[in-house]
Amino acid sequence: MTPLERFLDTFFNAAVLAKYAPAILQGVWVTVELSVLIVLSGIALGGLLACVRAYRVRLLSFGIVIFADIFRALPPLVLILIVYFGLPNAGIFLSSFVVLYAILTLILAAFAEEILWAGITSVAKGQWEAARSTGLGFTQALLWVVLPQAVRLAIPPLTNRAIAITKMTALGTVIGVPDILNQATTAQSFSGNASPLMLAAVAYVLLFMPFVVLSRWLESRFAWRKV
Amino acid sequence: MIDPRAARTADPTAPAAAPAAGRPALEIAALHKSFGATTVLSGIDLAVAPSELVFVLGPSGSGKSTMLRCCNRLEEPDSGTILLKGTPVTGAGVNLNQIRQRIGMVFQAFNLYPHLTALKNVTLALRKVRGLSRAEAEARAVEALTQVGLADKAGNHPAALSGGQQQRVAIARALALEPEVMLFDEPTSALDPELVGDVLAVMRDMKSAGMTMLVVSHEMKFAQEAADRVIFMDGGSIVEQGPPERIFGAPEHERTRAFLSRVTGG
Repeated sequence: MTPLERFLDTFFNAAVLAKYAPAILQGVWVTVELSVLIVLSGIALGGLLACVRAYRVRLLSFGIVIFADIFRALPPLVLILIVYFGLPNAGIFLSSFVVLYAILTLILAAFAEEILWAGITSVAKGQWEAARSTGLGFTQALLWVVLPQAVRLAIPPLTNRAIAITKMTALGTVIGVPDILNQATTAQSFSGNASPLMLAAVAYVLLFMPFVVLSRWLESRFAWRKV
Repeated sequence: MIDPRAARTADPTAPAAAPAAGRPALEIAALHKSFGATTVLSGIDLAVAPSELVFVLGPSGSGKSTMLRCCNRLEEPDSGTILLKGTPVTGAGVNLNQIRQRIGMVFQAFNLYPHLTALKNVTLALRKVRGLSRAEAEARAVEALTQVGLADKAGNHPAALSGGQQQRVAIARALALEPEVMLFDEPTSALDPELVGDVLAVMRDMKSAGMTMLVVSHEMKFAQEAADRVIFMDGGSIVEQGPPERIFGAPEHERTRAFLSRVTGG
């Protein structure tokens, strides 16, 4: 074997690729499912928390800030391991899928809350005043006037954060979530060949590239000229 | 609650020639407001008659904008009473969102909602506050936009409008709620000179249609031709008031004279 042949055999072995492609495809489905669930619920929860914070009830705001700071500061893997291996000792048994979903959702919510809160506070005071002067209540002004503008400001950082968090679904491998990477590492140890990992890498690129492109489109779609 | 009219009649500078009799459209009595240690309003008494245009003049920091913003409680007064056609605006138990629909406000910076079209800027409160159907709200919005001469811009976002057009949309947004009083907080100060005329023309139309207006502005010419009464404020109180001919022609107070000579460059 020449070095090149050996390289190609290690990473692009056709027989291994064909054999394990179905397993990795199953992993793709798990990753997609997780990603969609995490992004939807994480952003929804973060948005809700940012809105609650807008009411400036001191105790609530304090709780939200603590939550956001802790979940932004801790490495996701630490949280995943603590919850997955710790909770059973306390008599609570959660599937690895649920643990990964819950932790990543909370982390995304923490970041989304901060991003949307920054958006809300950067909307000019005059917007609130104009809305309130026409008789809109605080909640109405928030929902119809301020939040739509905050969301537009938040879209670029929010999409970046959503992409980053969905890539972290690969962390599920360590607690046995059958996602892309888990399928690939299993296949790699059975076959003694790195080709399944290459396949996983390709699957990730195919999976996330559209989101990266979509985020670019969203950024331009929601931008408007500042007056 | 004390009767603010008592305070008003005690005011020696009360206008002799305010149009229309009966209950004032807007009554401000003993209005006080401080920001921290700074007193901004120290006892304002003012009654605006129905269909009257009261023009408020004064150096910056004189409290004129704060007085205006107290009228719909964007600024919370420390004490004093404000009545809108006899309905209390100040005090506990006031339904603020309801009373604010009856008081239109126009801001220096227009404050149009940038994410909505001109039409939707006008329909928002009609739909969410008044609960009108989409069709009803749009019909009334088009009417209001027509009044300010911008029916053809209904589909434009604010960024696609000139400053003068934006301010006219903002006026339409307030007008659509059919307010009983309109407050103008330096409506032309942010505009290029050539765009001021259109906004003032709309305000003149409103005046002839019988709108009660309280206008804080530096447009002296507009005051001279359109105001029923001019008020000069300084240091948080009303220094002098009267018909525009007298305030501009023969001001009684030294402070008024000094201010007028500064702003007219005379």
